[in-house]
Amino acid sequence: MFTNFPFFPQQASEQAATVDALYFFLVAVSAFFAVLIALLIVVFAVKFHRKDDSQVGEAIHGSLALELLWTLIPLGITMVMFVWGAQVFFHMTRPPKGAMEIYVVGKQWMWKVQHMDGAREINELHVPTGRPVKLIMGSEDVIHSFFIPDFRVKADVIPGRYNTLWFTATKAGRYHLFCTQYCGTKHSAMIGWVTAMEPADYQTWLSGGAGGGTMAENGAKLFQDLACATCHLENGQGRGPVLKGAYGHQVLLQSGQTVTMDDAYIRESILTPQAKIVAGFTPIMPTFQGLVTEEQLLQLIAYVKSLGESTGTGAASTAPPPGPVQKQR
Amino acid sequence: MVSAPPTLNYLNNGYGLKSWLLTKDHKRIALLYLLSITFFFFLGGFFALMIRLELLTPAADLVQPDTYNKLFTMHGVVMVFFFLIPSIPAVLGNFLIPIMIGAKDLAFPRINLASWYIYVLGGLFTIVAAITGGVDTGWTFYAPYSTSASNSHVITAGLGVFITGFSSILTGLNFIVTVHRMRAPGMTWFRLPLFVWAHYATSLIMILGTPVIAITVLLVAVERAFHLGIFDPALGGDPVLFQHLFWFYSHPAVYIMILPAMGVVAELVQAFSRKNIFGYTFVAFSSLAIAIIGFLVWGHHLFVSGQSTYAGLIFSILSFFVAIPSAVKVFNWTATIYKGSVSWDSPMLYAIGFIGLFTIGGLTGLFLATLGMDIHLHDTYFIIAHFHYVMVGGAIFGYLGGLHYWWPKITGRMYPEGWAKFAALNVFVGFNLTFFPQFIVGYLGMPRRYAMYAPEFQVYNVLSTAGATILGVGYLIPMVYFLWSLKHAPLAGDNPWGARGLEWEIPSPPPTENFPATPIVTEATHQYAPSREVGIA
Amino acid sequence: MPDAPSHYHPPPVAIHPPGHGPTPHHPWLQHHFDSMEQQAEASTLGMWVFLVTEIMFFGGLFMAYLVYRHASPTGFQEASHHLNIYWGAANTAILIVSSLTMALAVRAAQTSQPPRTQVFWLGSTIFFGLCFLGIKGIEYHDKFKDHIVPGPNFQWEGLYPKPAEQFYSLYFAMTGLHALHMIIGVGIMSVILVMAHKKIFDRDYYTPVEVAGLYWHFVDIVWIFLFPLLYLIGRHYHAG
Repeated sequence: MFTNFPFFPQQASEQAATVDALYFFLVAVSAFFAVLIALLIVVFAVKFHRKDDSQVGEAIHGSLALELLWTLIPLGITMVMFVWGAQVFFHMTRPPKGAMEIYVVGKQWMWKVQHMDGAREINELHVPTGRPVKLIMGSEDVIHSFFIPDFRVKADVIPGRYNTLWFTATKAGRYHLFCTQYCGTKHSAMIGWVTAMEPADYQTWLSGGAGGGTMAENGAKLFQDLACATCHLENGQGRGPVLKGAYGHQVLLQSGQTVTMDDAYIRESILTPQAKIVAGFTPIMPTFQGLVTEEQLLQLIAYVKSLGESTGTGAASTAPPPGPVQKQR
Repeated sequence: MVSAPPTLNYLNNGYGLKSWLLTKDHKRIALLYLLSITFFFFLGGFFALMIRLELLTPAADLVQPDTYNKLFTMHGVVMVFFFLIPSIPAVLGNFLIPIMIGAKDLAFPRINLASWYIYVLGGLFTIVAAITGGVDTGWTFYAPYSTSASNSHVITAGLGVFITGFSSILTGLNFIVTVHRMRAPGMTWFRLPLFVWAHYATSLIMILGTPVIAITVLLVAVERAFHLGIFDPALGGDPVLFQHLFWFYSHPAVYIMILPAMGVVAELVQAFSRKNIFGYTFVAFSSLAIAIIGFLVWGHHLFVSGQSTYAGLIFSILSFFVAIPSAVKVFNWTATIYKGSVSWDSPMLYAIGFIGLFTIGGLTGLFLATLGMDIHLHDTYFIIAHFHYVMVGGAIFGYLGGLHYWWPKITGRMYPEGWAKFAALNVFVGFNLTFFPQFIVGYLGMPRRYAMYAPEFQVYNVLSTAGATILGVGYLIPMVYFLWSLKHAPLAGDNPWGARGLEWEIPSPPPTENFPATPIVTEATHQYAPSREVGIA
Repeated sequence: MPDAPSHYHPPPVAIHPPGHGPTPHHPWLQHHFDSMEQQAEASTLGMWVFLVTEIMFFGGLFMAYLVYRHASPTGFQEASHHLNIYWGAANTAILIVSSLTMALAVRAAQTSQPPRTQVFWLGSTIFFGLCFLGIKGIEYHDKFKDHIVPGPNFQWEGLYPKPAEQFYSLYFAMTGLHALHMIIGVGIMSVILVMAHKKIFDRDYYTPVEVAGLYWHFVDIVWIFLFPLLYLIGRHYHAG
């Protein structure tokens, strides 16, 4: 136990170096001020130690100049921390376009990982080095949090919504994965390993047992099985809006609001279809709450995405289908 | 030669249980609080001991994970709501504020007594929750685990917190009205001791923040009982709304915990340097600034929850702003010691310890306000180390320092100084050994609330547990000599420290009405010598 | 030890144990106060501070309402239309009148009017408070009958069942908390009424009436916010 213990985590991602640089700056500033204050106090306490019982201190009221000095200097230093921290934060919360997407579902007390090509893992995540990877994460029950210390990345995994995190692994190896939002009895057992592999090795791993179809393929199958295809026709004649090419578009709602057709919107429309009805359509879509798991939701989303993304925001889409359309209140 | 205390003082003015349990005297109520708070402190400390024993080894071998989860929850609930938040205000604030402003009592003595009974009632609920099986949600009660998934006594514990909140609200209300309306003639706002300023600012937070957690905890209980969909997304609710409502109180709550301790330290630093505080106005206003800005930063607990990046920016910059008044205080306290007549009595040791440890705790808070940094550190042992530095190295050191400083006034007896110095050193060493390694293991990635952990973290946990044992001994020693002093220690006299302040001009222990007649104050009560302004040296 | 200069100067009168000083004082002056003015000012300030805490207490519920209404505006509107606007309006009028009778009660005490006048206005206030609670009881009963009490028996025939359940959760939480405050208010008023009957209040001492009045007005104002937020979402006047 006392031999060979780590003092500092590994730097296994691009982000790790930027976060560590910020960390060392903060440590340096903190150490400077902590030592300064400690030294001043000890020196003063010794130097001005009371010599006899009747002695009082010198009468000093204050000094506006000093007050300004020790207000403005800390303010300046903290603003540097703020700006630097914000920059790092922006970088860490903006996945680059074209990042490889992997889906993660957290549930008490395991991590279920689905690669787009169909590979599935439990409590393990294999990723290639040198390529941005974006995790799209949902929870089946309570709040969890996905944390890879050696990559310096973390995001809460919250039921009812999707959160993302991204990283670019730089060093092949096996790294800890921890759930880091308390989630019940086996919270401390909800751990696993992230394995970063050189691209060639990663390809080998991928081809060695993906089985079960890609996420989009599974989603397509669900789309048929759950009869989504009966209303969401591609020719625009169906009772539901056209989904082909719609991902990423702006959508005009009945209420006059406009929303983007993203993962969260698709998920919401499957579970609570009444919530955001597209303008010109009637609220007849049944709810699939309880009929699809979180993983199946992700597969359906992957399928809709695969039908084509729009490249720009474009005008509000979806013309009402021909045929009777009931006027809404 | 120390004169004997007057024959009639607040301690012997009436005997019997009824005269204590139905008292309206703020000093007796302070002692009632002292008893119950000490009980809860050791209860919370017992849970801490169990946690640290379990964490000696990586496996969950001392207790089951379920039990461990209950231990850290109860440790947090008891320490936060039943020790840290009431401690200094309810014990030292209750005792001293009327005396420091020249009044006979607080504005509402019966409400003061009621606040103690409410505190005890809330405590009973929590003890019942602990005895009948405990709560395992963490003291933060995050939904939907607390509303739907947990099998533990969430409602009972939640009700305990709800009830005790009203004790806090009533204390704050009492202090605010007292400071506004009960000051003796000549006691202007800018002659008030800094202890009073600190408690006034604390009271503002108590009255504005506590009702919000009251309603939040009530909603959790109601949702759990009736399966409503307020916070549980499976029922249509929003779990992040819970976090916002919870932290809207719980962040300002940490300032409830630290501001009174800062007030104590201001008094100690003046008394044991025999010197007026450097920059009185700045220190007084910094308490108000901390209270106000403290209400604007709660979102820094939600940086990784997926809230908007722009919300993150706003909360981050405001979190840096709130650090500035604390820095101002630290510099002013240090400047007060400069050219003072410094004695190293045990209260001063606690004050100096406070300044050093609070500085470290506050600086590590800056790490967490830094957006890019917090992602890595959130929910790791770094956070635990940070808040223990400010809560223990800060608030508890302030409490112990104040307890030692005013013990002779409260009891009329002087505790043994040698033992007190030894205990202070003990606590200082034990504390640092317990919590400094946690910064390191936190950056390594050890998550908090883990019953079992990766083996490479063990060495830091062993150091931490060793420190906790030393710390525990350091807490027990004062218990012994304080109790011993009540019967066997020498009489203290009116002013054993040679300090300034209205409380040192009345007998120890004080008479029930504090002053024979309402004092007329003619100058600031902490003048050690006439003062002059200085520029940069 | 250096000599501590005295910071206070005891007044040059002999010291008397509290309560038995040479100057007689009002029988209702508590002994820790120096004067009736100080006591009155402290009591009123105390009630104002308490009302601020009440604002924060209700504030959490208003926050939840804000968030959920923003998430489902149409759902909330549909749910709100199921409430009986006539009962709601009646209750609003009742509370406003009760605040008038309350103000008149305070004035009666303040101007030393005879006890039976004070009792009349206080009694009227209590009467209107009870009317309010009675109507609330009727409304709650109706919700039980219509199965729109949130929980396992909740049934909603409209288009937006989830938002409706959220709306009614907030409805019961907010009006329930308000009704609890009304009940407490009626209790406080009853105590004040008994004290008024015993000829305790006059121009020299009427603080309890004033302070109870502040509380009553606050409870009234909370309803003024609840009524439009709960009952009037998207309502339009239809002529004829």
